Amino acid sequence: MPKVTVDGQEIEVPDGATVLQACELAGKEIPRFCYHERLSIAGNCRMCLVEVKPGPPKPQASCALPATDGQEIRTDTQMVKTAREGVMEFLLINHPLDCPICDQGGECDLQDQAVAYGRGGSRYDMNKRAVTEKYMGPLIKTVMTRCIHCTRCVRFSEEIAGVDEIGALYRGEDMQITTYLEQAAEHELSANVIDLCPVGALTSRPYAFEARPWELKKTLSIDVSDAVGANITLHSKGREVMRATPRINDDVNEEWLSDKGRYMVDGLTKRRLDKVFLRKKGGLKPATWEEAFKAIATAKPGKSIAAVAGDMVDCETMFAAKALLKASGSSLLEGRQTGMDYDVSNLAAVNFNTTFAGIENADAILIVGSNIRWEAPLVNVRLRKVVKRGAKVYILGPSWDPTYPATFLGEDLSVLSKLPKDLIDAFKATERPAIIMGGAALAKGALGAGLAAADKLKVVKDGWNGFNVLHFSAARMGGLMLGYAQKGGMADIAAAKPKVLLALGADEMDFEPFADSLKVYIGHHGDKGAHAADIVLPAASFAEKDGTYVNTEGRVQFAEKAVFAPGDAREDWTILRALADALGVSVGFDSFAELQAAMIAEVPALGEEGLADLGALPKADSKAKAEGAISAYPIKDFYLTNPIARASAVMQQCSAELLHSDELKEAAE
Amino acid sequence: MADRHLAPDTPELRERWGNFAFTDANKAKADWHIAKYPEGRQKSAVMPLLDLAQRQVGEETDTQGWLPLPVMEYVADYLDMPVIRVVEVATFYFMYNLVPVGKFHVQVCGTTPCMLRGSDDIFSACKKRGMEKGKVSEDGLWTLTEVECMGNCSTAPMVQINDGNYEDLTVERLDAVLDALAAGEQPKEGTQEPGRRTSEPSGGPSTLKEMVTENHDYRGDW
Repeated sequence: MPKVTVDGQEIEVPDGATVLQACELAGKEIPRFCYHERLSIAGNCRMCLVEVKPGPPKPQASCALPATDGQEIRTDTQMVKTAREGVMEFLLINHPLDCPICDQGGECDLQDQAVAYGRGGSRYDMNKRAVTEKYMGPLIKTVMTRCIHCTRCVRFSEEIAGVDEIGALYRGEDMQITTYLEQAAEHELSANVIDLCPVGALTSRPYAFEARPWELKKTLSIDVSDAVGANITLHSKGREVMRATPRINDDVNEEWLSDKGRYMVDGLTKRRLDKVFLRKKGGLKPATWEEAFKAIATAKPGKSIAAVAGDMVDCETMFAAKALLKASGSSLLEGRQTGMDYDVSNLAAVNFNTTFAGIENADAILIVGSNIRWEAPLVNVRLRKVVKRGAKVYILGPSWDPTYPATFLGEDLSVLSKLPKDLIDAFKATERPAIIMGGAALAKGALGAGLAAADKLKVVKDGWNGFNVLHFSAARMGGLMLGYAQKGGMADIAAAKPKVLLALGADEMDFEPFADSLKVYIGHHGDKGAHAADIVLPAASFAEKDGTYVNTEGRVQFAEKAVFAPGDAREDWTILRALADALGVSVGFDSFAELQAAMIAEVPALGEEGLADLGALPKADSKAKAEGAISAYPIKDFYLTNPIARASAVMQQCSAELLHSDELKEAAE
Repeated sequence: MADRHLAPDTPELRERWGNFAFTDANKAKADWHIAKYPEGRQKSAVMPLLDLAQRQVGEETDTQGWLPLPVMEYVADYLDMPVIRVVEVATFYFMYNLVPVGKFHVQVCGTTPCMLRGSDDIFSACKKRGMEKGKVSEDGLWTLTEVECMGNCSTAPMVQINDGNYEDLTVERLDAVLDALAAGEQPKEGTQEPGRRTSEPSGGPSTLKEMVTENHDYRGDW
């Protein structure tokens, strides 16, 4: 632990810290462009110059200088001030003065630091350089003249994303950042370079010229596009969500966000259900709330009512529906729309037990039936780190590009019961082995065999539970905690032949077995669910209501309401509350607070932000065998997995351009 | 600095170079270069391999050679590394030609010492012979490039033509070199000044004269 003095203040810094980090610990602000906590050190912007003794009598780049014992660091001398002014002046030589038409304006590092550390004016009166725009795909807009060559985007794509596609071509003042042959950046995390870019060179294409940061209302929310539960900020203007940006949460998303979570928000204003619809003579016709409730009441469901929760509903909605069903005397609840029927008697067995931050400590990982890059891109970032530290990864299932070296064990699930010797040896030699079971494995009924394999590979040790299940529906863990699971899955619901089926934003389910039921769709988008429904009750999306979400680690998180739902749409719980009146039952709450209190009384874990305690793993049934082959992963198209994304023009474009570009080309020919 | 840009990716380019592969001799050399680095670090050999590829392209086209995009892709594939990293290297170093050049790539140094010793005249002499910066001359023989310091300041001005340096140039000496090259001969490389061997002071030593013939201890003179 070296002791250094920063501006006369003596502090102790951790081993391996840089001078810049030492200054930060001492509470000094060091301007920087290229340095980023989560990327490697480049040391090429020179903005972080400080004076360090002992050392040469000149300013030194603090980001790349290790802090050593007895250093005297000055950040407040004339030398440092002049050095910063000089660097800033050089950076601004070729930087255009187009802040008024630049989307970064108002949240630009260069703008802020030029004001704080720059000279009043420029002494440069020659021509500035100009660089042609580079195409980087449908999400990233480039104005490369503004680039200051910090290379954060290059380092991000190489180190974090694991797809080397952005590079710095040419040299000196001709240096240009580009993708190879200006191909689109094909990665699920590509848009994070927009946040990383300290200037307006890489900005958001869908959000171009939409709003200024100071006009936006910021609301803390949770990403519902997958089960990672990335922490996001929704930026809204008036009644529209303009964009979503990640918040820093080292336990969940670090500071990244998947492209889907970031860009599906434009789908919030498209294909919205903003009126009540009733099916009359085969077609859905607009109606009033009274007519709809009356129609449901006339069906006289009594006990014969079922609820299916979709992938993006919050716990409150699910609890309100559960309360309604309970009051009616039914417990036909299910959330696993696609018919999965894995055992949920012990929730620890269907939870991501190591936690996302914890998986980074694993030293051998077996992934069973999960295309993690598509099911949880932010978890794949963690796995990349694990592999970089020397861990071995084995994948059971069809091949996909993990961006790190991994051994594929084939598609046959029976391998789980007779694992190859080198895998067993590799796991035996490790201290913190882990298993990740994905949706494709659960759908094939491999959970039991997975637990048996976990037992055999000894992934549970003192202080380490390496058994993980990776869901990809934001509502899944919350639903399971609230009891949205039947023993036989959706088949049980279908077999019960409910008179009324409440589909709570359920768009992935098969409505065919429910031909005789009155299908009530309570959701926000005119998608598959609404098409199949007899009655459509317009509800609120995740951005339009307060709600609790539980991610796949069992982490309880709250999202806040950013905007109001459009038209006649109401928050889901109010619809269910009104439906209770229409059906003549009492659910026992009249306000959101009462609803939440009732929910927390039933499932106390939902009242506390953070990891829910789900107990220990069940005892594995060593005879459990998995059979069959994983022929494909459940996600067919990363960009179109939920109704909001399917409604989003940006996501449709991404899907067409990045995943189906070959078909486009063929069509053009 | 020279204006560099990548040759556009056209179907013709793909057709011409899409099947590029190292000859057996070059493959052996490439593997020899790769073997210099530890296993898994094969991409460290990207620079010699790009050079080999450029020379092979040169042999095939009877020029100094250049690096078409499909050839860079081949090298990337050969070293199992991302293409963009190869392109970064190829665009960074001036010794890699990004567009086709002539049989003789005349690289004239225009940095201060050479400029003071008359590199402007060298440029005009080149231009008089029909060369144009960054272009291949009509007969396909010449490409003129202005480069920065090549480290031959004591024998300035100089040009580098393919693998040879020609120093201590005057317009006449340059013409002689270029004429010889055009005629298919190999002119003497290095300094073109009669009587000068390498970069020793021209006209004989002006300091440390006692050191010319034998070791001399100057300490007593201080």
